Amino acid sequence: MHPKDEKYALRMKNVSKRFGGVQALDKVAMEVKAGEVHCLAGENGCGKSTLIKIVTGVYEPDDGTEIEVFGERISSNSPTKARAKGIAVIWQDLALFPHMSVAENIGIDELVGGRPRVAQFKSIKTRAQGVMDRLGVSLDLDAPLSSLPIAQRQVVAIARSLMSDARLVFMDEPTASLTQSETDALLAIVRNLSADGVAVVFVSHRLAEVLDIAERVTVVRDGKLVGVYPTEGMSQSRLGELMTGHMLESEVRARDKTGSDIMLRVTGLSRQDQFENVSFDIKRGEIVGITGLIGSGRTELAHALIGMTRTDQGTIELDREVVRPRNIREAIAKGIAYVSEDRLTLGLVQPQPIADNTVTSVLDKILGSVGLISSQKKNDLVDGWIERFSVKIGETSDAVSTLSGGNQQRVVLAKWLATNPKLLILDSPTVGVDVGARAGIFHIVRELADEGLAILLITDEITEAFYNADRIFHMADGRLQAEYDPHQTSVQQLEERVYA
Amino acid sequence: MRKLLSSHTVEARLFAVLLLMVVGLSLATDTFLTVANLTSLLNNNSVNLIWAVGLLVVLVAGGIDISFAVAASVVQYLTAQILGYVGGGNWVLGFLIAGSIGLGLGLINAALIHGFKIVSIVITIATFNAFFGLLMFFTKGRSIYTLPDWWVDRIFLFEYQSASGVWSELHLSVAVMVACLVATAFFINRTTTGRQLYAFGDNPEGARRAGINIALMQAIAFGWCGLMAGIGGLMQVNIAKEVVPNALYGRELDVLAAVVLGGARLGGGKGTVFGCVLGVLFVAITQNGLNLLGVSPFAFQMIIGATILVAISTSNVKIDLSSWFKPKSGQQSRRVDQ
Repeated sequence: MHPKDEKYALRMKNVSKRFGGVQALDKVAMEVKAGEVHCLAGENGCGKSTLIKIVTGVYEPDDGTEIEVFGERISSNSPTKARAKGIAVIWQDLALFPHMSVAENIGIDELVGGRPRVAQFKSIKTRAQGVMDRLGVSLDLDAPLSSLPIAQRQVVAIARSLMSDARLVFMDEPTASLTQSETDALLAIVRNLSADGVAVVFVSHRLAEVLDIAERVTVVRDGKLVGVYPTEGMSQSRLGELMTGHMLESEVRARDKTGSDIMLRVTGLSRQDQFENVSFDIKRGEIVGITGLIGSGRTELAHALIGMTRTDQGTIELDREVVRPRNIREAIAKGIAYVSEDRLTLGLVQPQPIADNTVTSVLDKILGSVGLISSQKKNDLVDGWIERFSVKIGETSDAVSTLSGGNQQRVVLAKWLATNPKLLILDSPTVGVDVGARAGIFHIVRELADEGLAILLITDEITEAFYNADRIFHMADGRLQAEYDPHQTSVQQLEERVYA
Repeated sequence: MRKLLSSHTVEARLFAVLLLMVVGLSLATDTFLTVANLTSLLNNNSVNLIWAVGLLVVLVAGGIDISFAVAASVVQYLTAQILGYVGGGNWVLGFLIAGSIGLGLGLINAALIHGFKIVSIVITIATFNAFFGLLMFFTKGRSIYTLPDWWVDRIFLFEYQSASGVWSELHLSVAVMVACLVATAFFINRTTTGRQLYAFGDNPEGARRAGINIALMQAIAFGWCGLMAGIGGLMQVNIAKEVVPNALYGRELDVLAAVVLGGARLGGGKGTVFGCVLGVLFVAITQNGLNLLGVSPFAFQMIIGATILVAISTSNVKIDLSSWFKPKSGQQSRRVDQ
């Protein structure tokens, strides 16, 4: 199985870690060949991050764990020791220093450890430049990091790992906040690194990317190893099943809603420099997807629909009534709810009770006779939503942070649906959400549609629109370019159109 | 130079405003640009500057210290007691005693902040009250006037008599101030430890993952601030010639305002010694100018307060001349794209 001449960057066996009563990792094994691009896949909370933190010395593993880095057995570990062994990690939040210069960010590890001494800025700059050349990028080394866009900060983080001569680099969700072209550029850099002999362990929720870049994938579920698989011949849905442990629906669910009443009709909507002559309708109970690149005008269109910005021309009709919301409060009152991209993950006050989180959008509806919040009305409302969404909770007074990610998302949706909308706009609802929770979100969305809600799904993940929307519009340059019926097209065809 | 100015816009702007003020006051009064006035400005602000660079180190490391001014009072009282006990002493002993006590008080802050994981503003408000309360309890509010001669004697670095017979001189405290400024600037800009302080203040979690010793960073930042508080306290006695327990109470906010005015970021990771100098001088010259212009002293605090408010609230306003010439719509679409 393991030929002797094969050089391994990392071999781990029996990796276990217990936090209090939770077995975060249970005898997990992982092997990464030198120069390989390897993917570590699993749902949120499956133990991926714990595994990375053990290899990089942030956490101490439990007894019995065996770790070998470049053939050398590791008995005690720390971030500094791991770095000395050639292990680097690029955290999802990058862990960079925004007010320091690019050069210092790249060379920060030269400034840490050892005796206090005079910092050798010249040599740091020269070496940082060398690393930049190796990566084939050029950045102003003296500029403060905060002046760079996120994609370039990603490059700085990679350069930093190379500064310390890393030969095994962990990348935690490196593409989560990148656009498609930035992702492509990043993946090209990863391929360069691999060709250079650097092993890269890649963690991503975007399965298409994983299958594209990695040679093998190690799947972890609930702290246990599921298996190691070559990516060749692996499909996204198969990988998703391995990660979640259950079958993911991967059939087109689009339904024909032409017979239903029109809930939203947008006619000739324009706003200077953002979108032009946009016309479409959404039927009662229909999910309409709008897909397009960042800058295509899709988010700007949503902002106009909910009154965040004014339109120059055109009309919006909601339930046969012309609406012209001047601000978000008016839009909510008319029956439009907008869940923006970060709301599903950040739209909660974590330490606050589930009940309080659910009612924040409708505080005015639960007022009692003297204008104070009525706990009777509040409890009725909360219990109704909890039941309807089958949120698994202990008590409604428990903190939201005690819920799993999927259940938290249900609470967020409940919060918005408590406003009784007729139209629900979801803007990139699954950014940073793992594959299992995604399925959960769309399950809820489908239920909502079945109850008669009109849903506008804005996303730049084409597969998401393809599998979940009843009709898809492609938006580019501020215009709706074409309409697609998922039954009559394919993901490939859509991708060609969108990325063309 | 241009790069330096673009990454330190607050300092650059304050420097420009300060230059305008100096030119304006030189033209408006014939007393501002005199050796006597300028030397007294330096003498009167040397202690504030020593404290300012101490506080800067804490701010850079992402903390805040409210207790340093009363800590300086504690240092003065304890130093006076110890010197009385050993029978006089000298400058070297004075620096050693005052410096160590100041350092010790700073380390108490650091230990509490790190040990109990409580934000520094809460801890240092508590120690501010504790230090001051203990001081008032033990001194019963009485001042000390019998101090060793070496401590209260003026040491002049520079003397000058103008044609009209007015004496101007620079005190020892100015030399100590310059030494503290140079030492702090070297420490935070040029040493690896200093850069770790910036990194820690900028992104504590990132610093922890990079292997920076967090407890050590807190100890160094608050220890340095305490050390400067001690040295500043020692020099303040040399100027005031007495130890008054409540003399320094309230000075912490003046210094804090000046340091923040000079571009130090309350969130950490940003700030320069040069900015501290500008901030302290800005407040000092405003007050000095009002004085020379004959404005009622009762109006000083109001005007200085308003000036600080304007300076701080406009320091984040971007002045970009090029944007005035661009079409409005282009800007809007760019903002939305981000």
